[in-house]
Amino acid sequence: MEVFKNPQNVGEIPDADGEGTLGNPKCGDVMKVQIKVEKDDKGKEVITDCKVQTFGCVAAIASSSTMTDMVIGKTVEEAKKLTNAEVAEELGGLPPVKMHCSNLSADALKKAIENYEKKRS
Amino acid sequence: MVEMKEVYLDNGATTMVDPLVVKAMQPLFSEIYGNASSLHHQGEAAKHKLNEAREAIAKAINAKFDELIFTSGGTESDNLAILGVASAHDKSLKDHIITSKIEHPAVLNTCKYLESLGYSVTYLDVDTEGFIDLDQLENSITDRTLLVSIIHGNNEIGTIQDVEAIGKICKKHGVLFHMDAVQSFTKTSIDVKKIDVDLISMSSHKIHGPKGVGALFVRKGTKIASVFKGGGHEFKLRPGTENVPGIVGFAKAVSLASSSHIKQMSKLRDKLIRSVLDEIPNTKLNGPKGDRRLCNNVNISFASLEGEALGAYLDIEGICTSTGSACSSQTLEPSHVLLSIGVSHEIANGTLRMTLSRFTKEEDIDYTIDALKRYVEKLRKMSPINTIIKKL
Repeated sequence: MEVFKNPQNVGEIPDADGEGTLGNPKCGDVMKVQIKVEKDDKGKEVITDCKVQTFGCVAAIASSSTMTDMVIGKTVEEAKKLTNAEVAEELGGLPPVKMHCSNLSADALKKAIENYEKKRS
Repeated sequence: MVEMKEVYLDNGATTMVDPLVVKAMQPLFSEIYGNASSLHHQGEAAKHKLNEAREAIAKAINAKFDELIFTSGGTESDNLAILGVASAHDKSLKDHIITSKIEHPAVLNTCKYLESLGYSVTYLDVDTEGFIDLDQLENSITDRTLLVSIIHGNNEIGTIQDVEAIGKICKKHGVLFHMDAVQSFTKTSIDVKKIDVDLISMSSHKIHGPKGVGALFVRKGTKIASVFKGGGHEFKLRPGTENVPGIVGFAKAVSLASSSHIKQMSKLRDKLIRSVLDEIPNTKLNGPKGDRRLCNNVNISFASLEGEALGAYLDIEGICTSTGSACSSQTLEPSHVLLSIGVSHEIANGTLRMTLSRFTKEEDIDYTIDALKRYVEKLRKMSPINTIIKKL
């Protein structure tokens, strides 16, 4: 509930390196994830910023915020491995009926990373 | 610490029990506790209280003393009306029921159950304000039609059906008419001498009475059988020792309701509706305006956000509301009522129901309008689909 009260990293990155939108307003949830990627001094690609816009319920808003907190500072390769279950766990668990909400945030991030990699190549 | 403000706008779900009701119920627990069927003085005293309560509630709808059956609540009353009428009639002759698409689950699922037993059910369409079409009703009646069951005041969008007209059509064709008045009882006048209605479901906890009590009006001469099997209580229609404290509380709640409350609630309802529609863009009222709407019901769709999230933010401010939206309940399906009046899935998900009571104050409404403005803006700023969703 604390996360929901003050969701983190809400908004847009004007010069994002990758972005992905996932979901369907008909079933209730849409998430747009944007990432900023920079190479660190060892040459690894690190996600330096992640912003999200969410249309959805309490769980969707909270899980999208939690996801951004989890990936900022991670390398792209690490971020790719993030699963919806991990986001839900970090959030303190979700009822089964809501699991599709947290599924969305990890999957939307994956779309943003795919978009970043396509742009780069 | 500052005490959190509490604004309760979910009176369609349940209401605060009026302290005067609690006071009226108090002696019925440890002073007058007899079984109303017992012949000793304790039983007699309980019976007396029970009779008084029955008399008072019957009078409120202009019914006779023995036309009022006490039940455990609205759901049981709906079940008793529909199943009781069905089982008292010969199914080989009468096996058709007419209802609407916007009924409460207590009626809808009872009708579905009868379908599984081989009955046929017609679910009448409603227009964009939630009204049934009287021509469609009349055209649906056949010589096999047993019962028409229509919700009087809709629990979600507040539509008050023209039950006088519905009753006339039913009477003309010799079909029984049951109305679910759980939301409308005491919020609009119900007079069984003016309405050709055979059965009316009522509930106590929607009108500041205790939970677990309801009533079914059964017009004299209506063919109906009990659903529960047991003793001969409630004119042999509803076995089980009467819940005298609850019934006495129900009667007290009825006696406290007045038409001045209807006026007061309507005024605040209209202020809330007007302010939201005028001051928050992309909003839409569901259900009718004015006298054909329940005096305490506000149901508004907000584009580009989800009602459940809005309700959760309002709750942080101490405001209790409800949604009929996707994530709100155990199911992910939007409200069948909103879909029936032609609201799209997306918009149905962004809907909030606010239901007032006679305890709602103008400052509660002002506080709610202010919070709504702030949180609708917050959620829309958060939302990526401001531009995707079509404008209301």
